Order: sequence, then C-alpha cells, then structure tokens
Amino acid sequence: MRFKKKHSERRHIVELSIKIIMWLALLIVAGALGLILWTIISRGLPSLSWEMVSQVPKGGYYMGKGGGILNAIIGSAYLATGGTFLAMLLSVPIALYLKAYLGKSRWGEYVRLSLDVLWGIPSIVYGAFGFALMILLGMRASLLAGIIVLALVELPIMTRAMDEVIRRMPADLEHAALALGSTKFEVAMNVVTRQMLPGIITAILLAFGRGIGDAASVLFTAGYTDRITTSLMNPTASLPLAVFFQLGSPYPEVRERGYAAALILTIIVLLVSFGSRWLSARLNRYSIK
Amino acid sequence: MNNTHIQVNNLNAYYGKQHALKDINIEIPKNQITVIMGPSGCGKTTLLKTFNRFFELTEDVKLTGEVLVDGENIYDPAVDVTEVRKVVGLLAQRPSPLPMSIYDNVVYGMRIHQMKKERAEYKKSVRHYLEIAGLWEEVQKRMHDPATSLSIGQQQRLCLARGLAVEPEIILGDEPTSALDPISSQNIESRLIELKKDYTIVIVTHTLRQAKRLADHVIYMYLGEVAEAGPAHDVFNNPKHERTKQYLEGLF
Repeated sequence: MRFKKKHSERRHIVELSIKIIMWLALLIVAGALGLILWTIISRGLPSLSWEMVSQVPKGGYYMGKGGGILNAIIGSAYLATGGTFLAMLLSVPIALYLKAYLGKSRWGEYVRLSLDVLWGIPSIVYGAFGFALMILLGMRASLLAGIIVLALVELPIMTRAMDEVIRRMPADLEHAALALGSTKFEVAMNVVTRQMLPGIITAILLAFGRGIGDAASVLFTAGYTDRITTSLMNPTASLPLAVFFQLGSPYPEVRERGYAAALILTIIVLLVSFGSRWLSARLNRYSIK
Repeated sequence: MNNTHIQVNNLNAYYGKQHALKDINIEIPKNQITVIMGPSGCGKTTLLKTFNRFFELTEDVKLTGEVLVDGENIYDPAVDVTEVRKVVGLLAQRPSPLPMSIYDNVVYGMRIHQMKKERAEYKKSVRHYLEIAGLWEEVQKRMHDPATSLSIGQQQRLCLARGLAVEPEIILGDEPTSALDPISSQNIESRLIELKKDYTIVIVTHTLRQAKRLADHVIYMYLGEVAEAGPAHDVFNNPKHERTKQYLEGLF
C-alpha cells in the first residue's frame, strides 16, 4: 500500500506526543473545574435552604443557629452592580477613544500598557489603597467605598476586554460609515457599539464576574454587617466574605454553609452569564457576520 | 474646461517611502462617467481614494498637491472632511451594509447630517432612493429586516441608495461590481448610466469590457502615473501611449 501511514515516522510521533500533551492539559483544566463544582455542590447543597437565601443571620448564626445570608447576597448584588456600572461609565469611553482616535499609535500603546499593569495589580492592593484613601478622607467602611474600589478593580479588565473586541471591528464597516460623512465619534457610537455589542457585553460580564467574586478589595472598604444595607454610607456584607468567614469557623455546620454560600455565588455568576448571552444573541440580529 | 468637476494638480502620494502617485494632473468632467483603468498596483484605487480623503485612513501616508472639487481644494486645512465625504460619495468594492435594518441603512447618512426634520420626510426619502437604486420593489415589505438578509447584489444596491441619500454630487466606485454576479453587475452598471445625468461618476475597474461599456472619459494609469487621459472614444480608438495600446490589446 502506497498511502499507508507509517506510525514510526518521526513527524507522526511528534504529532501524537503533542496531541497527548494537549489532551492532558485539557483534562487537568476540565478536571479542576469539575472538582471545584463537585466540592461546592456536594458540600454546599445539603445546607442550602430557603431560609439561607431569604433571611439575614439570626443571633448565634455563626455558631450554627438559624438564619441566612440574604445580607451578603444583596450586598454583593449592590457592590458588583454598582462597581460594574461605575467601571462601565469609564471603560466604554476609554475603549471607544482608544479605537477611534488613538488606534495603534504610541499613545494608544501607552494607555494599553497602563491598563495591563493595573490589571496585574492584586485586588488586596486596591483594597489597601482604597482603605488608605478612606482614612485620608475620614470615611468609614461603606457600600459606596466598596463600589468605588470594585470599579477600580474591574476597570482595567473591562476596558482591555472591550478594546480587544473593538479592535476586531471590520475596517470595511467603519469605512462605510466614514464614506457617508460620519465623524469618528458617530462611527464609534452608531456603528462600532452596535456591531460589537455582544463582545462589549461579554467584557462587562467578565468584569462583573471578577467583581462579584472579589473578597480582598471589599474586605477593608465595604466592611461586613449582618443587616441588609439600606444606605450607600453604611457598611455592607458580601458573598465572598461570607464564604471566607464561614469557612474559617470551627463549627462544621457553619463551614457547610460556607460552601452553600459559594454555591450561591456560583449560581449568580452562571445566571448572569447565561442571561447576558441570551440578551446579546437577541441584540445580535443586525450585526454583520 | 468649464465643465470640470474635479481637478487634480501636481498630486503626489506616498505609502511610507513608496511613491504611489507621481505628479498627477487631471480633470474629471461633470455629469460623465470617468473610468480609471490600468494594471494592478498602478495606483488606480489610490487616486480614487484621494478624491474623498480616504487615502489618509491608511497609516503612514503622505500627500502633496491639491484636489479641487468645484474649484475648492479639499486638502485645505480649513476643510471639514465630513462635508467633503458628503459631497463625494463612495461605492465600495464589496457591499458593506451597516449593522442595522434596511431602512436604517438608508436613513443613517441623512440622520447624521440632519437633512430632514420629520420622520415622514425621512420615510419618503428612503423610498425615493431605494427606487433610484432599483431595490424598492424587493424590500418594501421587509424594511426592518437586517441588511445582511439581502443577497450580495441587493446589498450593493442598498449601499448605492444609502450613498445617494446624503445627496452627493460625485459618486466614486472602487470596482463596484467585482464582488457581484453578472446579473447584479449589469444591474449596477445600468443604474450608473442612468445616474450620470445628475451625478459625476468616477469608476475604477479591472475589466476592459466594463470600461468600454461605461466610460465617457478614460484615465489610463501606469506605475503611479497617468499615462493617458481623454474622452473614451479617443483613448479606445487612438491610444497615443504605447502602454495603453498594449493594455487595450490585452498584452498584459
């Protein structure tokens, strides 16, 4: 047979080995994800109850008595939504400015570099920075401070993700709008945002996911309270800290509830992510493929 | 020539160090179809792009000389480039509808230039320009469908309608039929011939037969220079330049 594959040939061996390595890497990642999900589901699901998501901690909650973590669920929703919204107010203009006016110019690259550096800063540093600033301003730990620091944490992720998406904007489309006499701003507002909306939503979501799961940045800045926050100036609980405090408990039933809190956090992130996918698929109707 | 719409004086264009257009001096007559021809890489499209200030969208380019539209230099620093592009429309090589509905594609340009006051006026204009582009019949019942739901040929006519809606005086066409099937191409060609009574049309084309069908005036380019320019009849029947002769005979 002329075309029979010679498995012992060097290039086939190389290909096979590389394929095995890639499979192994994939397996490790998928395995880790599966293990994480399995851990929080198997340990969290039994203690997940209606009481847990509908009530605030009662007296003795941290010693295993009744109540729930509604304070943390609502607190996290406020923090992440507020932080994401605030970050969006800055990210969208920055990303569009990068696209429309700076492009691949040297200044554009400087801006991207600074955002990448900001991205790399651990969130505990943002938290410490926020805390130092609060002391300077004489502020207490509060929802507002938490939102501001979360916005700072989310900003570089959101902006760079949007930037990467918007960069893939087809040049033809931009030129089509320019040829009609659009200003660069009109192109950005009317064409780029429409065409790239699904990607922009993904970027926002990525930042939201990072924001809602971040414990370090809200530790000093938002504080923690067993009540549901009603004012921007009051401290607020958050899910990551609820997980953190409960997992550190010497009481097994409280630790189990820590896993349940982690499960709730995961479910929220999943819901938001599926919801926005659905939304972006609907808004995608007019995009040029 | 009194009837000159675009006049190009001593135009030189560079991509980085590459000298793409060399000392171009031409006149483009009003209400005629001018066809720019020449082998690949001769600078046809580059020349076309200087007429609506699209040349500067490429990075690292330089341009000297002037392009006068109705006697006004569009490269004057005081010029608003969006006004230039409103007067000098472009039909691109591949149709590129905007990410919007059919209706919004046509209305887009009129809206950004705030050309009308009321919704009803916009609606009327959309119909008018779709009729000119010969698309109205096909799309009147689906105005709010995405523009991408149209065939490529229909999309190009939509782009024509969209371009006409901002009321330009000059229409540039960068090989506007090269991505289309023969029937759609013919459709676009016959639109262009109808339109020349109201517009000045400048077309870049690769196909000699198309040039012969459309041209009233011809510019033949070779290696960044204008080798020959003049009325179509003269250039096709009595080419003066050796290169033009060879090109017309299909030697390269």
